[in-house]
Amino acid sequence: MTLLSIRALTKTFPGTKALDGVNFDLRAGEVHALLGENGAGKSTLIKCLTGAYQRDAGVITLDGVAIAPRSTVEAQDLGIGTVYQEVNLAPNLTVAQNLLFGREPKRFGLISSRAMRGEAKAILAQYGLDLNVDRDLGSYSVAIRQIIAIARAVSLSGKVLILDEPTASLDASEVRMVFDVVRSLRARGLGIVFVSHFLDQVFDLTDRVTVLRNGQYVTTEDTARLNRVRLIEHMLGRTLEDQVLHSRPADRGPRPEMLQFQGFGRRGAVEPFDLTVGEGEVIGLAGLLGSGRSESAEALFGLKPATSGEAKDKTGKLDLTSPSRAIAAGFGFAPEDRKTGGIIADLSIRENIILGLQARRGWARPIPRAEQNRIADDYIKRLDIRTSGREKRIGELSGGNQQKAVLARWLAMNPRFLILDEPTRGIDVGAHAEILHLIHELVAKGMSLLVISSELDELVAVADRVIVLRDRRHIAELKGDEVSGERIMRAIAGAEGG
Amino acid sequence: MNSRALPLYVTIAIFLIGWVICWLQFPNMLSTRVIGNLLTDNAYLGIVAVGMTLVILSGGIDLSVGSVIAFSGVFIAVVLRDTDLHPLVVFAVLLGLTTAYGAAMGWLIDRLAMPAFIVTLAGMFLARGAAYLLSIESVPITHEFYQSLTSAYWLMPGKGRLTLIGVLMLATFAIGIVVAHKTRFGASVYALGGGEATARLMGVRQGRTTVLVYAFSGLMSGLAGIVFSVYTGSGYSLATVGTELTAIAAVVIGGTLLTGGAGYMFGTLIGVLTMGLIQTYIVFDGSLSSWWTRIVIGLLLLVFILLQKGLVKLSEARLAGGQA
Repeated sequence: MTLLSIRALTKTFPGTKALDGVNFDLRAGEVHALLGENGAGKSTLIKCLTGAYQRDAGVITLDGVAIAPRSTVEAQDLGIGTVYQEVNLAPNLTVAQNLLFGREPKRFGLISSRAMRGEAKAILAQYGLDLNVDRDLGSYSVAIRQIIAIARAVSLSGKVLILDEPTASLDASEVRMVFDVVRSLRARGLGIVFVSHFLDQVFDLTDRVTVLRNGQYVTTEDTARLNRVRLIEHMLGRTLEDQVLHSRPADRGPRPEMLQFQGFGRRGAVEPFDLTVGEGEVIGLAGLLGSGRSESAEALFGLKPATSGEAKDKTGKLDLTSPSRAIAAGFGFAPEDRKTGGIIADLSIRENIILGLQARRGWARPIPRAEQNRIADDYIKRLDIRTSGREKRIGELSGGNQQKAVLARWLAMNPRFLILDEPTRGIDVGAHAEILHLIHELVAKGMSLLVISSELDELVAVADRVIVLRDRRHIAELKGDEVSGERIMRAIAGAEGG
Repeated sequence: MNSRALPLYVTIAIFLIGWVICWLQFPNMLSTRVIGNLLTDNAYLGIVAVGMTLVILSGGIDLSVGSVIAFSGVFIAVVLRDTDLHPLVVFAVLLGLTTAYGAAMGWLIDRLAMPAFIVTLAGMFLARGAAYLLSIESVPITHEFYQSLTSAYWLMPGKGRLTLIGVLMLATFAIGIVVAHKTRFGASVYALGGGEATARLMGVRQGRTTVLVYAFSGLMSGLAGIVFSVYTGSGYSLATVGTELTAIAAVVIGGTLLTGGAGYMFGTLIGVLTMGLIQTYIVFDGSLSSWWTRIVIGLLLLVFILLQKGLVKLSEARLAGGQA
């Protein structure tokens, strides 16, 4: 029986179409995984369900009735409860206050602590928990808090439960604890949407799987009949339309060594790895979300400095303990989340491009305005940044043009090693191809690049070598002819170890 | 033990230790006279601190309270001088006025998403200016009803006087405790102070709560203004400069986290009494400069801020430990 049905859901943000005609069905008594990489539209879909966003088009029906929640509270009243990875409940209130907030038992108009204690205990008993409900929520472990959040959501809503990465900060035994709770809720007939990037957990817990990619619906399948490699193919996708870019770059043979990383790693983020970077070489990093791709890049750039290992170049050891030191060593990094880590939305294109250069000179020696204008105009032309002028607020540009401006900032500083984390995320096809062409040009000039991407064809098209990550480890390295979409996917799925 | 309650225990311990030290030196400190005076002298501060506690718990700050107290005094004095209205009527009008004033600031803070610091700073200048506008001079209050208010007290054993305004402060704290710990509004305030995003997810009506918090603080400022006018028998626009900071200090010494979300109303009472105790000690000693009050309060504040920082770090470490 279909409990919740979503048809042709569409949601657009300036510059991006976050959801484009997505369908989704949830039955009563099933756990349904919602999968996709960053930017696939999972969280937008969930926010449309919980009332955090208003959809632009499409129909959502719950129990056959069309709904349009305008707030989290309204969604709850309709029967849709949500538990997020973090920030669900107030850690500074007691367990009982958290469970019963908004419907406290009262006596003479005041909250009755005794009745509240009793009700809270009764709710938790359904989950096999016996806690001191008068203690602060914050004094309990994350797993217990997560179960309390589930208990609150279910007791408030009771039809649909959305679990958004509920296990991201739990260890294995805690995950089992939460899963037992989820299974018992499934047995009680709730429809449960499970969002996670841990594929093992998806196979362990869920009945069906729906995959989204780039805001579009890809497929829905029974978990039991699902093939792991196929699933990964669905998630990562192969979407390059520019045929020119489907060819591999010519094998240019081994490159002269430029950088060497040995035993480089960060506790809790990525296991120690060795990496050699050649001059003018493009290294691709492939893996699913949470596999340690971005974490590797952050460690290399000193954003979250490595806790082990060392980096060397021809002149000796490099200090990469902070981004400013990494920049001094000739590194550059265009992070995955452009809006928070790349652009400064309220500054102009010129200011954004000049930012890195100015930072290197120090604030005491401003770059003359004429020089700034010249540099900005130069890059706007060279990278074909489509704008009405260099003084336009960069936040008003499309994603692709923002990304080009971020690249321009780094190119102006002329780094020898540039790290690009998802350089083509959320930008349109044309800009996509332009950025790949740009990568080819940079390499031809001798710059070395590390490119992280969820799009396998993109890696195949630009990378000399591809390193595959899984579970925070570098598990395989593919060179030359070995680099192909199939091989990468098999490595990620674990069919081909390293 | 709830680690959140630790600052409260520390506050109580410091207060008791302080009292014992005073008592060892001046056995009179334990007399009901001293206690009665402590309550009377700090009545207006205690009342305004009740409002401030709620504001700080919600994650905000209210800098306008000192000016509002001064405005209230001048307003009462001038209206009583120039009209035949009964003081009780004037009180009602005044409380309505200051409550609306607080609500307006709360509304601005919420609607414009402005920092409470800036909005209430503007409110502080506005109220002080309005007080000057009414009268630059100190205006004595001569109404006979005021005489009866000032002289209203219950005699405690040992000839201590429990004054009306002292009782009023204790009653205000009782109401404050009920509001903070026994109503949904109180829980909303705590949730909001713990984190706005979480509070919204839990269904806290952020706008309404914010307006109510500052309205409550405005009400308390008005009440404190009335008490202050009874205490001094006049209205003066230059009075209670910096009282907002003293109130904030009392709240923090009382164990409330300055960033909001954690603390107890009862702690603020102890905070106010601790500050009063220091003052009393200096009066008893007679040779110390009264500025020592400030120095000791400064040191106490420092201790409490460090203590809170330590506690926050501790709970963060525990969280991280739980996740590893």
